[in-house]
Amino acid sequence: MAKYATNQFKSGLKLMIDGDPYTIVENEIVKPGKGQAFNRIKIRNLKTGRVIERTYKSGESVEGADVMDVELEFLYTDGEYWHFMDPKSFEQLQALAPAMEEASKWLKGQEVCEVTLWNGEPLSVTAPNFVELQITETDPGLRGDTASGGSKPATLETGALIRVPLFVDQDELVKVDTRTGDYVSRVKD
Amino acid sequence: MLNDTLRERAGLLATIRNFFQTRNVLEVETPVLSKTGVCEPYLKNLTTNISNQRYYLQTSPEFAMKRLLCAGSGSIYQISKAFRDEEQGSLHNPEFTMLEWYRVGFDYHQLMDEVESLVCSLMDVTEFSRITYQQAFLQTVGIDPMRVSYTELENIAGSVTGQTTKNDLLDLILSDKVLPALPQAVFIYDYPANQAAMAKIRNDVAERFELVINGVELANGYSELTDPVEQEQRFINENKQRETMGIKPMTIDQNFLAAMQQGLPECAGVALGFDRLLMLVCNKKILTDVLPFPIENA
Repeated sequence: MAKYATNQFKSGLKLMIDGDPYTIVENEIVKPGKGQAFNRIKIRNLKTGRVIERTYKSGESVEGADVMDVELEFLYTDGEYWHFMDPKSFEQLQALAPAMEEASKWLKGQEVCEVTLWNGEPLSVTAPNFVELQITETDPGLRGDTASGGSKPATLETGALIRVPLFVDQDELVKVDTRTGDYVSRVKD
Repeated sequence: MLNDTLRERAGLLATIRNFFQTRNVLEVETPVLSKTGVCEPYLKNLTTNISNQRYYLQTSPEFAMKRLLCAGSGSIYQISKAFRDEEQGSLHNPEFTMLEWYRVGFDYHQLMDEVESLVCSLMDVTEFSRITYQQAFLQTVGIDPMRVSYTELENIAGSVTGQTTKNDLLDLILSDKVLPALPQAVFIYDYPANQAAMAKIRNDVAERFELVINGVELANGYSELTDPVEQEQRFINENKQRETMGIKPMTIDQNFLAAMQQGLPECAGVALGFDRLLMLVCNKKILTDVLPFPIENA
């Protein structure tokens, strides 16, 4: 894998640090007084999601991480593996539970997801920004119930729990923003 | 928004020119290009060619302005573009505007007084304080920068990838820990002799100051070194440092040294980052907010 010098650092660049793949979130040049310049980077561990800070003397170089983002269609899960397919090549790939942490509760099948591959293996899966799912369980809304802020809990067909307005009923199809977990609207058939 | 910063920029320039006019400091313009660059190991010149002759774009107008001082110009100021390769970030743009001025007969404390008057006329600062480099470290992180060991510095600075010197770590601690703990507007002065750059050295300290406002380094000034022999020796030392760092040494500017031998009058000089000043006046946090077109869109 190519090495990157500090003057090539920019947000989004993928680096190998202490054996883990990281992405640069923020790169700042620190150049106090008349001295040596440093690059201070905030980096996110692509396996754990944890963000840490590192300081490099400018001119140092770091090994790049073989990480790329691809769009894959989610097919199904067998309980252990989550199966995805490349819609162009029909090639199939399997992801394990840790990669699915954020996305799994929004997926029922056929969604096109952004999958981050590291050395060809799925590292993390991001659900589409918006999904449409059916409500499998929610209490009938009581109009005028303002104590709960005008919303109530609802369970979706994938098992995800969200809050919906009081007027939304069981079995209805709703649109959800997966980045925030917020209800967006009802979906008319 | 853009119009506001454009107007603010024009206003600041007019006020600065007026400030110097009332003080009988002459505005000058010197060439941006020179056949030689700087020896300072942490500055990188941009270059260009004129009919196959290589020219360096100035990192500051210092050498050219000092040549004018040697020729008897008296006190002068300049507002010009300066260029530094590989300096890009929230407080750096490879091309920026610099206000630089020299006061014949001033020492660095008198020049700090003048910097203070100028900045007061441009923005709201209630109080300026002055603290030595040594006191700044003692008060904020409890170490004496003149005596501290490398290991102690390492513990305070945190981990850094790459070989670092004591000065590297002092610089990092200064910007990370010391500056944020100092008052809003502060002059740090009397730097360690090995950070003198082109300042006079007296009793092992450099007569150098930096003005820091809201944690942003705004200006850097000296009681100027006037001894041509020591000046040449500093260039040679900087080139030696370049070699140990694996960078090509820079040809020493003989025009500048020749002028120094004619005699640089006793003077103090300061360079102030004009775009940073505008940024502070406009209450912005990043430089690109006050540049009409940052380098990405140039």
